[in-house]
Amino acid sequence: MKFLLIEDNQELALAVLERMRLDGHVIDHAENLANAVAFSATEDYDLILLDIMLPDGDGRDFLQHYRSLKKDTPIIVLTARSQVSDRISMLDLGADDYVTKPFDHAELQARCRAVLRRKAGSAQTVIRLGNVEFNPVAGHLSIAGKVITLRNRELRLLELLINSRGKIFSKQKLVDRLFSYDNDVSENAIEVYIGRLRKHLEHSNLKITTLRGLGYRLDDE
Amino acid sequence: MTNNPVYTSGSLRNKLAVRLIGGVLILTVLLFFVVRNYAARIAQQSQDSILRASVTSMLDTANIQDGVVEMDIPYSSFSILNTSTDDRIFYAIYQDDQILSGYDDLSVPALPENSTIAFQSTVFADVPVRQVTATRILIGAELRTQITASVAQTQDNLSGTLTRISQHAAVLGAGFFSLAMLLSIWAASATIGPLRRLASSVTRRGPEDLSPVVKPVPLEMAPLVLSLNNLMARLERSLNQSEDFIAEAAHRMRTPIATVRSHAEATLQRVDKEENRRALRSMIHAIDESSRAAGQLLDHAMIIFRSNQLECNDVDLVDLVQDIVLRITPLADMKDVELRLDSDESAIVSGDSILLQNAIRNLIDNAMKYSPSESVIFLVVRSSPKPYLEVSDQGPGFFTDEINLLTGRFTRGRNASGTIGSGLGLTIARDVAVAHGGQLKLSNNSSGGACVTFSF
Repeated sequence: MKFLLIEDNQELALAVLERMRLDGHVIDHAENLANAVAFSATEDYDLILLDIMLPDGDGRDFLQHYRSLKKDTPIIVLTARSQVSDRISMLDLGADDYVTKPFDHAELQARCRAVLRRKAGSAQTVIRLGNVEFNPVAGHLSIAGKVITLRNRELRLLELLINSRGKIFSKQKLVDRLFSYDNDVSENAIEVYIGRLRKHLEHSNLKITTLRGLGYRLDDE
Repeated sequence: MTNNPVYTSGSLRNKLAVRLIGGVLILTVLLFFVVRNYAARIAQQSQDSILRASVTSMLDTANIQDGVVEMDIPYSSFSILNTSTDDRIFYAIYQDDQILSGYDDLSVPALPENSTIAFQSTVFADVPVRQVTATRILIGAELRTQITASVAQTQDNLSGTLTRISQHAAVLGAGFFSLAMLLSIWAASATIGPLRRLASSVTRRGPEDLSPVVKPVPLEMAPLVLSLNNLMARLERSLNQSEDFIAEAAHRMRTPIATVRSHAEATLQRVDKEENRRALRSMIHAIDESSRAAGQLLDHAMIIFRSNQLECNDVDLVDLVQDIVLRITPLADMKDVELRLDSDESAIVSGDSILLQNAIRNLIDNAMKYSPSESVIFLVVRSSPKPYLEVSDQGPGFFTDEINLLTGRFTRGRNASGTIGSGLGLTIARDVAVAHGGQLKLSNNSSGGACVTFSF
């Protein structure tokens, strides 16, 4: 997926860029309105993340300008305002959703996914590996033509493993990616999800290997 | 709106009325005595003039015949003194110092120089009497003698008259007093009138109306109204400032916290050493704690601020909850928690949609926090008998012994350890419910999960 981040705070922007790239997305960064307009005019993005308070103007102006061009790329607003009325006005201006700073990256991801799913119809990446077809945005998995419904965490686990095939993930790393930090989760929870995924992938050419003491790895046979 | 008791030091109207009435009372008593005194003096004067006529007619008959004083007391001398109450009459006639006739024990006062008649009130035979004494000098051929006559009359008739006059004066005084009392009360009320009108016009104002009082007021009230207008201007300024401040504070705090959080999260994905990872995780946990606390403190401040001047509109609770559910669904998905809404067609309530949204959001957030993954949160919205929203989860539920404490500020349940929270969520929800004249009820489901009812 190709994202555009419009955010003037360099530190925050770097962090978001790093996380998004880690998740396998391509992401451009505009630190002011002028750049944002230039970027969005020349590139087609799947999703735009927009900060409201920018040095050369208000993010809402960009929102209005962008929507007036009849572009329907989903836009998620990053706002530090707590006033619900502000947020509502942004939705009225054509934003698809908003995240209040400071945001949990998992929340941002979840919202991106939800927004992208809503805008179904636009070109979406489908990963094809042997008899497996996987659309991480729509959350579709089919094996040899048979559609399998995944729960959200199973979906995210599969996405993580599939994007980094052959790489070893420790249990703790998986916990950090799948669970938010507000609950203490034992590493055993991961075993449950790995177990379920293995069952779903039974008749596929994908296999999850347990490396004792190290973690898990998805292999493509 | 909170109602602090106002300490009063008596009523201005009553004080004014009491003072006016007191003044009237003194005036009435004074009037009574003046009238009574005046009447007594008039009555005394008429008795005196009759006594004078009596004594004069007596003395007029005195003459010297052959060197001897002769006096023939006329009948009329006494008959003119007749009264309806049969007052008694005493008299004494002296020639020089020799008694000629009458009561010799009736003491006759010496007349002052150059006067031939004198009146006095005295006591004779143990009754109060009015006594007149007159003198006349008779000059004969070789005799020059002084005749002194004194007549005293008891005062039964006079005191009867006085009693009657007093009664009339008392009735008059009472009438005057009651009329004046009514007038005093009316005057006191009328004087307080503008004050009361000002008070009611300030009370009737809507919560948003902080405009100055422009209606003309009496001169004496001008300083009060001036201070009131100043106070309202200051209040409006500080309210606006606090609203701006809350928004600004939120922005200033949230952006840096967001930066730290994102970096910590990104770093966590890069480092492999377990002790570093643990440190980063607890860092993120702490950041979440502080950001959530900051957010909820600001929300709480906003709620206190707004519920003091509630902006009530018709809000459809069903629409409101649907919007929130839509908005929270991605977060619930992350935990594989399902939000199931069962609602009536619509449930219209009168309230502040921003506050309601905030409160309901907090309730659902709470439910989500304590829900195990792959569980369901049931939301029920009903319009009757009174509109209410019920949020129940399949989590561990409340401890029954602390269920009543949880809505207190910064109070968290015993089962809250390990989850992030500031202890303000339920406080916010309760404050909003109370501001809307409703209540927040915490209970447990039969199956053990927590159930929170927000009713109007």
